[in-house]
Amino acid sequence: MIEFRMPSLGADMEAATLVEWVKKPGDRLKRGDVIAVVETQKGAIEIEVFNDGVLDEILTNIGEKVPVGRAIATIRGMDEALGPALRAAVPVAAPEKIAPVTAPPEEAARPPPETRVVQAQITPAARRRAQELGVDLAAVKPGLGGVVGLDQVEAARPVTKERPGILFDEMRNAIAAAMARSHREIPHYYVASTIDVSRLMDWLEAENSRRSVPARLICAVPLMRAAALALKETPELNGHYEEGRFEPAGRVNMGVAVAMRGGGLIAPAILEAEILDMDELMERLRDLVARVRGGRLRSSELSQGTVTFSNLGEETADSVLPLIYPPQVAIIGCGQIAERPWADHGAVVVRRTLTVSVAGDHRVSDGRRAAQFLTHFQQLLHNPEKL
Amino acid sequence: MTDAELAELVKSALLKVAPDLAGEEFAAEKRFRDQFEVDSMDLLNFMIELHRTTGIDIPERDYPKLETLAGCVAYLKTKGFGK
Repeated sequence: MIEFRMPSLGADMEAATLVEWVKKPGDRLKRGDVIAVVETQKGAIEIEVFNDGVLDEILTNIGEKVPVGRAIATIRGMDEALGPALRAAVPVAAPEKIAPVTAPPEEAARPPPETRVVQAQITPAARRRAQELGVDLAAVKPGLGGVVGLDQVEAARPVTKERPGILFDEMRNAIAAAMARSHREIPHYYVASTIDVSRLMDWLEAENSRRSVPARLICAVPLMRAAALALKETPELNGHYEEGRFEPAGRVNMGVAVAMRGGGLIAPAILEAEILDMDELMERLRDLVARVRGGRLRSSELSQGTVTFSNLGEETADSVLPLIYPPQVAIIGCGQIAERPWADHGAVVVRRTLTVSVAGDHRVSDGRRAAQFLTHFQQLLHNPEKL
Repeated sequence: MTDAELAELVKSALLKVAPDLAGEEFAAEKRFRDQFEVDSMDLLNFMIELHRTTGIDIPERDYPKLETLAGCVAYLKTKGFGK
């Protein structure tokens, strides 16, 4: 039996409130499956499991705030004997009628397992309402007499449905906590280069004019592709620094800073970005941004980033000197691409240029390594057709 | 289609890619970028949605014409959409 604990959700989050159990006791789990949804300072996040197995027992009620690291469920291996919760559940007939009873808050935190799964009756109106609201009936706590009615469904309405969007004050607190820690603990150094990206932009425009609207790339994509490839060559910029030790990552899980409307930002990671070609990167970026705007991020995306990429984009500022997101050890910042005067073979010409900065952690690397990264990054962008 | 209907179509395309803007008032002449902090990914997704609902093939060089609600309505009309 494995205790499944609330996973880390990034440096700035210490606890999360459980809003939905996606899996129920007896469900088979594969590594990476979403088992539950929690509400955090950065919106709703899907919690993934790390092991294959069967969900045995749920230890946390909907609405409960759980610190990172506390056991929220137990998972048993495929061949292990049934746990108490499942032994109780087995005799119950139609799965539709099964509802795990979550303990009311005034009761003891963990009621005896036998009471956790009982047969519940669901009124037709409640069933319809649940469908409308997207409420999982298996997770609804029945009222008096074990009946699930409209009131019970309303009470189980997912928190995220009632208040879509994000609590910006809380998000600001989360950013403040992470960035204060970064500023306090990480001895940052910065290097920056301004590079001529005219060839890249010409290539991108030609490429996009050939492509249909849905297949077009945004300019962040080749930048991220080049950054991921260059990071593979400079492992000191890619990994985690924890408990006085640097752990290089091997893969490049690239956090992408996405600004939220109304304030705040979040940097979920595209996992193994170095093995994705530009079309795949574009798809993943599109999906990630869509989920930042209106959906749910996954726990692995918030905790497994090994480096962050921050692209200011059009009509913003010329350069950015960002703070590293701990426990990462580097962040890459791109300013806006614009036409600027450029010296070329003794003449001043107009070129489209980009200023790229790297903030590195001096406990792990020196400016020279970051400068090597920039040189490599620049070379890759000079041959965009080879990216 | 009337201008108002075209404007509705444009709004619903933007809402589809930026659902968090539901219920927002759209200013006709203000750029989406300035009014709603939409970024380049949102704008591209918006173009895809406009392309999907209207069937118009929008070249990248036309994107600047599609930065406001009024601009979008005018663009759809010049392309003969909704006639």
